[in-house]
Amino acid sequence: MTVPLAAAGKPHARPRLSPLAIVAMVVLAVLILAAIFAPLIAPYNPIAENLSAAYQGPSAHHLLGTDEFGRDLLSRIIYGGRVSLLGVAEATGLFVLIGLPLGLLAGYFGGVLESAISLIAEVSFALPQIIVVLAVLALVPDSTASAMIVLGVLGAPALAVFISGAVKSVRAELYISAARVTGLRPGRIIVRHVVPAIVSPLIVQVSLFAGVALLFQTGLDFLGLGTQPPQPSWGSMVADGATYLGRDLWMVLPPGLVIILAVMSFGLIGDALQDARADRRRTTTAGARRRAPAIRPLSSARDQLTVPADAALTVRGLSAETTGASPAAIVEDVSFSVRAGGCLGIVGESGCGKTMTVMAMMGLLPEGVRTTAGQILFQGQDLRTCTPRQYSQVRGSGIAMISQEPVANLDPSFTVGHQITEVVRHHGGLSRRQARARMIELLEQVQLPDPGATARRYPHQLSGGMAQRALIAIALAANPAVLIADEPTTALDVTVQAEILDLLRRLREQTGLAVILVSHDWGVIADACDAAIVMYAGEVVEEAGIDDVFDQPRHPYSYELMAANPRYANQPRTPLPSIKGTVPAVGEWPDGCRFAERCRFAAAECRAAEISLDPVADGHWSRCLRNTEVPQLKLENA
Amino acid sequence: MMTTSRPADGPSAADPPAASPLLEFKALTVDYRGPDRKPHRAVDNVSFSIGRGETVGLVGESGSGKTTIGATAVGLAPAAGGVIRFDGEDITRTSTARRRQLSARLQIIFQDPYSSLDPLRTVGRTLMEPLLLHRGNSRGEAGTGVSAMLRRVGLDPSAASRYPAAFSGGQRQRIAIARALMVSPELVICDEAVSALDLSVQAQVLNLLLGLQEEYRISYLFISHDLSVVRHMSDRIVVLYRGQTMEIGDSESVHDHPSHPYTQALLSASPIPSPRAQARQRERLKLALRPARPAATTAFCRFASRCPFATEICEQQAPALVPGPTGADVACHHVAEAVARATV
Repeated sequence: MTVPLAAAGKPHARPRLSPLAIVAMVVLAVLILAAIFAPLIAPYNPIAENLSAAYQGPSAHHLLGTDEFGRDLLSRIIYGGRVSLLGVAEATGLFVLIGLPLGLLAGYFGGVLESAISLIAEVSFALPQIIVVLAVLALVPDSTASAMIVLGVLGAPALAVFISGAVKSVRAELYISAARVTGLRPGRIIVRHVVPAIVSPLIVQVSLFAGVALLFQTGLDFLGLGTQPPQPSWGSMVADGATYLGRDLWMVLPPGLVIILAVMSFGLIGDALQDARADRRRTTTAGARRRAPAIRPLSSARDQLTVPADAALTVRGLSAETTGASPAAIVEDVSFSVRAGGCLGIVGESGCGKTMTVMAMMGLLPEGVRTTAGQILFQGQDLRTCTPRQYSQVRGSGIAMISQEPVANLDPSFTVGHQITEVVRHHGGLSRRQARARMIELLEQVQLPDPGATARRYPHQLSGGMAQRALIAIALAANPAVLIADEPTTALDVTVQAEILDLLRRLREQTGLAVILVSHDWGVIADACDAAIVMYAGEVVEEAGIDDVFDQPRHPYSYELMAANPRYANQPRTPLPSIKGTVPAVGEWPDGCRFAERCRFAAAECRAAEISLDPVADGHWSRCLRNTEVPQLKLENA
Repeated sequence: MMTTSRPADGPSAADPPAASPLLEFKALTVDYRGPDRKPHRAVDNVSFSIGRGETVGLVGESGSGKTTIGATAVGLAPAAGGVIRFDGEDITRTSTARRRQLSARLQIIFQDPYSSLDPLRTVGRTLMEPLLLHRGNSRGEAGTGVSAMLRRVGLDPSAASRYPAAFSGGQRQRIAIARALMVSPELVICDEAVSALDLSVQAQVLNLLLGLQEEYRISYLFISHDLSVVRHMSDRIVVLYRGQTMEIGDSESVHDHPSHPYTQALLSASPIPSPRAQARQRERLKLALRPARPAATTAFCRFASRCPFATEICEQQAPALVPGPTGADVACHHVAEAVARATV
């Protein structure tokens, strides 16, 4: 079986540099080449004086004018680059030569070396660099080279610590473990797998340092501590210009601008190279090819869905798409309703739009995605028409949300009690004491043992299950009517999962909370929900009461997804029924039935036109032309 | 219920039916130094072995030590005590050079298909690496091998020139499997290898692993928290709780007729995809697991604090892993009561 490749990005696609970065590279290349070939291209001798031509502005003879001794400024800038750029090269070279290897070793092997380097780095941070350099210059007068070498050496420990940190995070990646298992030696692992991963941050550090080194070098010359007259350097030229500023405004400009250009170029090049490398890591999904569906004929009876009397939240015809040059639909025409005290499950595989649907309901769609149609009806208003301010009020008090990574959703620097109290006070206008009492009450409500002690704990002191309970407590702080739970137990152990699902069930019974539970796990859906919708490629393909979903699915996708569960395998160690292929990517959804490619029942008419979601039994809807044939497939029930 | 009983001196359920095991753990103990610098016992005296062409499932919740056991076998974590033998050779503390040779026969597939592939290397270069290292193949030969393996795992050979970012999770896991199989290993450790995948893709990858096993007679150490996946893949199952073996036996005994109270609790906690059956099971779980309370530090059975059958003896004396009534080895003082309740 061959799986079609998800994205047909061009192999070895060269990342493109921004035009600004190309300009910066050209500027720097010109400055460097000019410095190297100065004797060949400089129009005049940089130290030849011609007092009759002093203080001239730009002219055909002297393109950038002359200084107080009538020396050609252009020639002096060309020659001056030798001093400045050589200094930058010396400092940056030592910075990298010392910092990079030490950082690599410290980060990869850790231990004593790492402690030693961080100690040295702390000492070097404490040293006033300028004073050290001045002391060195007192010993070796007028030596720009020794000043720049000292600067590089002093900067290196900081780079080592930085690289060491970057290496440590790469070291934790599983592909490094895989390389170790393959039997690669540490040296080869570092060269092949670690160095490429840290090149981007290294480039940024080096370019920033080069900029600093250039400013430092020109600074020394400006103060007259480096290059001595009459030898030209950019720093001393600015100093000369500054001295005669009263007489001639022009003189200071050419060298000053060159310094600014060079420093900016270093920064721009660093940024651009980093961006270009980062591009490769990103998913190269070929641009959304599917034309944005114009206004889709809203499908059939679903649109007339009346809002049930006991509905806590109703969504009608909700659609969302990516923004940008070629928008692609990611959620289309989703409708459902959840009653107070009920629990609606949303099932499907990744990429089917489950999370986008709930994010759209919360008004929290990520950058680059927007809703295009539909209503989100909550307590008599359509949330889609809300102002951001109104929406955030609803999010705080009417609709709450918990998600998959409980620990990551708590702030590590505050105690659990503090975080809950903060939310309580935000909503309640309660006194400090009342808020604390309410916080303890919430912790009791989510059945955390010893609420007083738990409140004093920090998130990292909690297990995953306790952290999820704490988040539920925060979610309940403002007595919401609806709780959206996006894979709330996926990261938890099964025994803990059972407790959290129990808690949700109890909260529904006691407080009439309506729950919308997103999950890929049919077991969780069966345990927690009283109705479910199944999503595939951005649309609802089936909706039914919980027993009907499991007992007689009427969409082939629902059936096949259940059958792929090893729990239903009638014979261990035999092939499981699996759905061929994968969920089509956003922007590549086929016309007609989106599941047709992978469906055993698919016929020509399935691909001919959009399929509508139609009622197939009481309270049971299916988006399938051949839905009556699905019940003939029997699940070997567990 | 099964009542086949085995004499205590007969072959242990911890060993494969055939004589010479391929991978063997004897009294393995692993310590971790926690953030508080105190040693923490992650694996405590665990013994079992895997035969040629056999799959042994390692199941348990977080903190059970299942991943650590796999990491120890490939040298990613050091053993504090015990012996690991591969094909008769002691590999507990083996040299890096020997480890390199071993890695051609002993491979691992990780859970996370996103971080287990180097994002900056093309799939082809990643797959070629073990061939160049172990076989001394030329680039051309290695390239042919890569194309053949990509086809075998269900990908187009053109995948070799792309970067990992161009693939979905399921496709990346196929690539990770291809990397492990490039050197024709005899044993592959699958550490939560399908846990990050969607159901339909998970089924595809499980089928692929089963097909490859049949074709190449590979042995698997199949590590997972998901009992139904482990049951589907394994010949025998080892159930771990906080570093200790609770129960070990052929997968039918352990999964269908669990003897240890922890195995019973674990099974009742994994929800059944059927609302009515799950409602019944929910009631069973209430009986199978006591609410969490602080564990007595002196408890000898680590499960005692949550076990509904626990009595004083469980906190005074470590239960031995001995053959139980179903043929599986069980470490429990109250196994008879546990089995009796399960059959009610």
